[in-house]
Amino acid sequence: MITTYRDALAQALREEMQRDDRVFLMGEEVAAYQGAYKVSKGLLQEFGEMRVVDTPITELGFAGVGVGAAMVGLRPVIEFMTWNFALLALDQVVNAAAKMLYMSGGQFNVPIVFRGPNGAALQLAAQHSQAWESWLAHIPGLKVVTPATPADAKGLLKSAIRDDNPVIVLEGEMLYNTKGEIPDGEHLVPIGVAERKREGTDCSIITYGKMVLVALQAADTLAAQGITLDVVDLRSVRPMDVPAIVASVRRTNRAVVLEEGWAVAGIGAQVVDIVQRECFDDLDAPVIRVHQADAPMPYARNLERAAKPDLAQTIAAVKRVMYVEA
Amino acid sequence: MLLQRRFEERCAEAYALGKIGGFCHLYIGQEATGTGAIATLRPDDYIVTTYRDHAQAIARGIAPRAIMAELFGRSDGCSHGKGGSMHLFSREHNFLGGHGIVGGHIPLATGVAFAIKYRGGDQVCLCFFGEAAVNNGAFHEALNMAGLWKLPIIYVIENNRYGMGTALERASAINDIAERARAYAMERAVVDGQDVLAVRQVVGDAVQRARTEQLPMLIEARTYRFMGHSMSDAVSGTYRSKAELDEHVKRDPIVLLRALMQGNGEIDDAGLAQLDADVRAICEDAWQFADASPEPPLEALLEDVTVDTTS
Repeated sequence: MITTYRDALAQALREEMQRDDRVFLMGEEVAAYQGAYKVSKGLLQEFGEMRVVDTPITELGFAGVGVGAAMVGLRPVIEFMTWNFALLALDQVVNAAAKMLYMSGGQFNVPIVFRGPNGAALQLAAQHSQAWESWLAHIPGLKVVTPATPADAKGLLKSAIRDDNPVIVLEGEMLYNTKGEIPDGEHLVPIGVAERKREGTDCSIITYGKMVLVALQAADTLAAQGITLDVVDLRSVRPMDVPAIVASVRRTNRAVVLEEGWAVAGIGAQVVDIVQRECFDDLDAPVIRVHQADAPMPYARNLERAAKPDLAQTIAAVKRVMYVEA
Repeated sequence: MLLQRRFEERCAEAYALGKIGGFCHLYIGQEATGTGAIATLRPDDYIVTTYRDHAQAIARGIAPRAIMAELFGRSDGCSHGKGGSMHLFSREHNFLGGHGIVGGHIPLATGVAFAIKYRGGDQVCLCFFGEAAVNNGAFHEALNMAGLWKLPIIYVIENNRYGMGTALERASAINDIAERARAYAMERAVVDGQDVLAVRQVVGDAVQRARTEQLPMLIEARTYRFMGHSMSDAVSGTYRSKAELDEHVKRDPIVLLRALMQGNGEIDDAGLAQLDADVRAICEDAWQFADASPEPPLEALLEDVTVDTTS
């Protein structure tokens, strides 16, 4: 069935709430307003206000409420209206959710999902346009998934809800209206397993989240020029599918790592670390990273466009690692 | 309370010997607050507390052996040596930690109460924190939700007068901090935190109300810590005077209870001596047990980071 990324997430929530009455959704505007991005449309009517809970604008507070509820057996899905607001809640995500199992000596696991839109949209300026995955992926105890397609959005969110650990679901604000095929019936995507979104032999693009769409555009564009790209969608940035990265680079001997966020200590740095260690003798060129400019996100349309990693930069990077004239 | 006192005296000794490392915050002087409050709970109720947690763990019934072994960083510790002094946990006792970020556990405790309500249970959650935490955003966010959603939780402020070295009146715009409950449509009470029976009465009433009417409450127990903030902190001389400390030590909760019980003829000198000998023996046993317990195996380093299961 063709559906939108938004409806895919909604299906995942509905199916898991029907399946398990310990699952509830909590966040700002999730109930009466039907979701700031309408992901939770209809859920209040179906499940009632105990299971679809509007909160005050208190990210720290309701994230912590979720952790406590998870410690005693519920399975909360905590929606952040955007991950930009979740910074206020990071103490609960990092110091409570991620560490509880470990510091309790294995006694208290925290089966919770923190989800919401991540990354830049359009002209929302510095405080509303950030990609947080490298912050979150840094933390032992968390799993971090970054679905790019409706099918992965549904399958990964369902897996996240069933996982007995805290799972971060980073949705793309610009992806909610994108459409794609979702398999009929029960559809789960395992956490920690990448997917080759395009098969090619000339260069690997290792990417995740919204940038997968850019990589596929690049693959289409370059295919017309006789260059085939192997597009690896990590889907999970923690745990990361190392064998999938290695297999791709060994096929192509060249790699571009494409990410939405900043370069310093970014996810791409982690990928490059894997590639240099595991594929040193396979590489025919240095790996190149494509990423956001090293500045807060500007408002002006032209500056924002220049700040974001895009199709042109990606194609240029591929040509550089292939030593082809741009 | 006497067990808690003697236990923590041994903690101080062990810390000086290097058997306990890291941060170690003693509850000496505050025992009546935790003991009176925890005495009102059923086994299926929940406790979420701060890093000053040893004595409350004892009050909840966690074995002194398991607590001392945790403080020694050993595998038989109640958190298997992974938590230490600030992170005592026991699922068996619904003791949900020992938390190290001031105020950070208050939303978490509120979530436990949310879960109770979600399931339609009649349990309650008891949440302890110091007076310094009431200036923290987490406190306000959590109490607002508890008041808004009418959750079965009792927040107990252990007002020991100092947030580390900063006196209440130097940190809070109001000094009657229980008044903050008004902002959240919540009942409040102030109790003498050195009087274990008074604490039990006030918290007991709150527990009953939370259990039957699912209403939260904020209780300020006025107490005093006789030791420094942690083992690295001087007992007096910097932020509080020796004279102030001495004045408060006169209201040692154990001395007060002993006088009451002796006055009522509930215990005599011989009985007290026996009790003291008994608890000292328990503490010695805990020490020996902890000392003999093995360090966690190195494989444990990477265990319990995540679980492998789904539900």
